[in-house]
Amino acid sequence: MITPPNHSAIIEAVAASFTHATRWRALEAAFWLLPLAAVLVFPRHYLLLNEIAILGLFALSLDLVLGYAGIVSLGHAALFGFGAYGAALFAKHIHADPLLGLAVAIAAAAALGLVTSVLVLRGSDLTRLMVTLGISLILYEIANQLRWLTGGADGLQGVVMKPLLGAFEFDLSGRTAYLYSLVVLFASFLVARRVVHAPFGLSLQALRDNRLRASAVGVPVNFRLTAIYTLAAAMAGAAGALLAQTTGFASLDVLAFHRSAEVLLVLVIGGAGYLYGGLIGAALFALMHDRISALTPQYWQFWIGLILVLIVLIGRERLVRPWTWIAAARAAQRTARTR
Amino acid sequence: MAAVLQTFALNMHFGGIAATQDVSFRLERGARHALIGPNGAGKTTLINLLTGVLAPSGGRIELDGSDITGLAPHQRVRHGLVRTFQINQLFAELTPLQSVALAACERLRLGARWWQAVGRHRAVVEHSAGILERLRLADVMNKKTALLPYGKRRLLEIAIAIASEPKVLLLDEPVAGVPEGERQEILDTLAALPADVTVLLIEHDMDLVFSFANRISVLVNGALYAEGTNEEVARDERVRAVYLGEASHG
Repeated sequence: MITPPNHSAIIEAVAASFTHATRWRALEAAFWLLPLAAVLVFPRHYLLLNEIAILGLFALSLDLVLGYAGIVSLGHAALFGFGAYGAALFAKHIHADPLLGLAVAIAAAAALGLVTSVLVLRGSDLTRLMVTLGISLILYEIANQLRWLTGGADGLQGVVMKPLLGAFEFDLSGRTAYLYSLVVLFASFLVARRVVHAPFGLSLQALRDNRLRASAVGVPVNFRLTAIYTLAAAMAGAAGALLAQTTGFASLDVLAFHRSAEVLLVLVIGGAGYLYGGLIGAALFALMHDRISALTPQYWQFWIGLILVLIVLIGRERLVRPWTWIAAARAAQRTARTR
Repeated sequence: MAAVLQTFALNMHFGGIAATQDVSFRLERGARHALIGPNGAGKTTLINLLTGVLAPSGGRIELDGSDITGLAPHQRVRHGLVRTFQINQLFAELTPLQSVALAACERLRLGARWWQAVGRHRAVVEHSAGILERLRLADVMNKKTALLPYGKRRLLEIAIAIASEPKVLLLDEPVAGVPEGERQEILDTLAALPADVTVLLIEHDMDLVFSFANRISVLVNGALYAEGTNEEVARDERVRAVYLGEASHG
């Protein structure tokens, strides 16, 4: 039914805008050089860097769900914690190989995501907030009760990993841990980047904006949401597994509410819906945490709270690009004068 | 001629209110059919029933001879039943190019592909380019939809539907709210729809109805009140009384 246009100029223009959207920019390459440069610049801060990489992966997972598919969640820690316990238990009882453990944790978290997605698909945003929160609370209490398996409130101690690839010991400095987390983060990022630029990712953004219309162009909304929720669950599980493996420990803390709140905060700080927000937010959040708690150990949440309020009230766009704010104010003045 | 879309005793009740009453209705292949009726006659309810947004209280809907009454909205689209909305239903954060490409991807059954970028599918690129050009959206194709002027957004509303390559296109008041200067673009677009696409036009604007359609159904209080060619409906005394008369007064 569609007659191709006579001149190919418009086809070329369309192809060019698609290529433009997916091309790797210099800024992106520079961004990924930073965590590598950090190895040389901050060799004594591997533990903090590792924390950032893990938090970044966790936030990347939430970004796929919230920033792209528009599903709000207050219980993302359920998936993170499930991966963490999965990896820790697997290492302790079955096999201590890190990559094998990572794969098992990813599969377990993805399975949990697949099952719980049925609940998350339903209702309004408020329903989803409550359902996701509820699921994480339930898992927390289950982990608390199953003392024989999880160690309950004492946590699961004595998780000892074999060397990575049989060659790299997890040393005390955290170098291996950081590079391991960084590689997993980068691999996950590549997958996420592929996904959001593919037809599947486009349909997610469409149903985020308007579910009614998305289904009116033939998008099977629930199916697509289940798919992205499962993928995001796999990534959150990977993040949890990295934490358990690199710290040799899993405790109830991995399932706690504050972890779900924290990752949401990270995404708000960095900005949702462009993939880098979670990573930038994770770095800012961890650095702020580190700096502020060194100054005022007890009151660091005060400052985090203040920053959060400022971001939400003023708007990230205006904070990051104050010149646009000033330009808009001038334009408004001008129109007011001409009136 | 063969019916491409047909309903059998379709009923819809909202509590005690019958929004659709025993509507048995045929849409011939390739027809330019208009559905008119006073405000609150149940036109939009009927569209929602046909497209699967609402499930009927009773009755049956057939598309191309197969029963689609139980199908979800996205499945009906895949069978070629596509609609536009009276109030724009667009993707605010996407560009017109992305919106049209989305519809093209779903039409070509590529929507679940998660590895290759949208632009790597040559068919999507060509299909999208063709639609954007025909609907005169090429110059704004990379602007965010939320920032487009109303007339362009109205065109995009239709462009997304056409990108789905419908067999049957349901147009719900396509020129509603469009300023006079931008109307012609939309009318031209509708006139240029391929002849094998069956169109059901829901419209208040009698000039558009009589110039576009060659057959008219009149819906009153949720029931089919009259049906016929333009001339028959225009001559029908009862229709003049309940509808056209009212329109000329108002």
